[in-house]
Amino acid sequence: MQVPAYVEYERASSVGHALTLLARYGPTARVLAGGHSLIPMMKLRLAQPETLIDIGGLAELAFVTRSDGELRIGALTTHAQLLESPAVAGQFAILQDAERVIADPVVRLWGTVGGSVCQADPSEDLSAAFAALRATMVIASAEGTRTVPVRDFFAGPYETVVGTGELLTEIKVTAGNSRGSAYEKVGRRAGDWPIAAAGVALSLDGDRTTIGEAGIGLTAVGAPRFCAEPAEDFLRGKLATEENLVRAGQIAAEHCRPISDQRGPADFKRHLSGELTMRALRRAVRRALGDGPGPERTGPARRGGP
Amino acid sequence: MRIKVNVNGADCSREVEPRLLLIHFLRDDLGLTGSHWGCDTSNCGACVVWLDERPVKSCTVLAVMADGRRIRTVEGLARDGDLDPVQVGFARCHGLQCGFCTPGMMLTARWLLDHDPDPPPAAIREALSGQVCRCTGYENIVRAVRWAAQHPAVEPQRPDGEAR
Repeated sequence: MQVPAYVEYERASSVGHALTLLARYGPTARVLAGGHSLIPMMKLRLAQPETLIDIGGLAELAFVTRSDGELRIGALTTHAQLLESPAVAGQFAILQDAERVIADPVVRLWGTVGGSVCQADPSEDLSAAFAALRATMVIASAEGTRTVPVRDFFAGPYETVVGTGELLTEIKVTAGNSRGSAYEKVGRRAGDWPIAAAGVALSLDGDRTTIGEAGIGLTAVGAPRFCAEPAEDFLRGKLATEENLVRAGQIAAEHCRPISDQRGPADFKRHLSGELTMRALRRAVRRALGDGPGPERTGPARRGGP
Repeated sequence: MRIKVNVNGADCSREVEPRLLLIHFLRDDLGLTGSHWGCDTSNCGACVVWLDERPVKSCTVLAVMADGRRIRTVEGLARDGDLDPVQVGFARCHGLQCGFCTPGMMLTARWLLDHDPDPPPAAIREALSGQVCRCTGYENIVRAVRWAAQHPAVEPQRPDGEAR
């Protein structure tokens, strides 16, 4: 039987109240949102907060909006809300692709976007998707608000730059970073973490044959900061040809540092990282050109199980 | 800490430790043992109940998180003595063998049908993809949900199987 250790509980009534509580309880407190990452960690004693500060009732942090080319996602938005939001259609399809294969439909009703990224699991899907999109993280504290590029947000496995007394409130994405985007994941079964996954967000320049800026996110394969910068550098200014997309995938595969574990040997994961990067690039280019959403995913993540 | 919840239409108030999981609150404090405690890791879905209007794996939320909310368990699926069409479908289509996964399956199926009254088999499989059945191979579960979709409460059934 797995139950969390003894813990105190406080319920925040507003963002300001949450920040007051976080400042009062200091480093022994943890923020509780959907609880779908934190409670399993507490059962395993991998997290042992003395106080939980429940922000689950703060409706002001659950929103998805898009205006003036900027997508804003409140930290308390559930995976299901993000998946269903019309604001992420089109240019931000990478988020729909990713959300479709995160956990399962019941977990997605409760797990939150902010909770997932703050968990900073090295296999987390949204971390790679937001890295591809070059998202901006908005962090509040009693002193005010600061912003951090998502690629500087993760301090290591299960660790972020969100400090004592601080709260991630929002994630922002600029549409200019993404004219076409896609996410490709292979997992062992429905609801599992990825064996490997890759996300791409890119823009096409002028004549729509040349890649302007490409963001490539990788997860579960030991890529520093959840991205493949050498492959991004390679693609910048290159023609969006099959040859160049394949080469970028190869560079991404060389860049990642997977480990062998129960999900597969390292060389398999490295191969998969390259292949999934290529697939995501092809699909993102097709979407940028307006050739429809591309073929629906048929990977093992949706095979097996019920 | 004292929490107040409405469980299957009845208000109740209890003193609980903040670390108490919702599944244990329902089973051990309230005696509602229809919700099953399975894997404890949010993988199997045997513990699914509704919290307000959404199914949740009750091994992965704290009872204190349910304070002020409505909970619906399998004991609250029948209405006024009439089985829910999902329950009738599981009985008619042999959607269970050992029955361990069944309460959770039925609560998620009810939620699915409330949002998508005529789901194709693929949508049923997707909705139930976070819930594990080791008996049926899922075929009869999908048939049971399809049966419920085709018989939306038109044929009220007594729990003993006699039509009214």
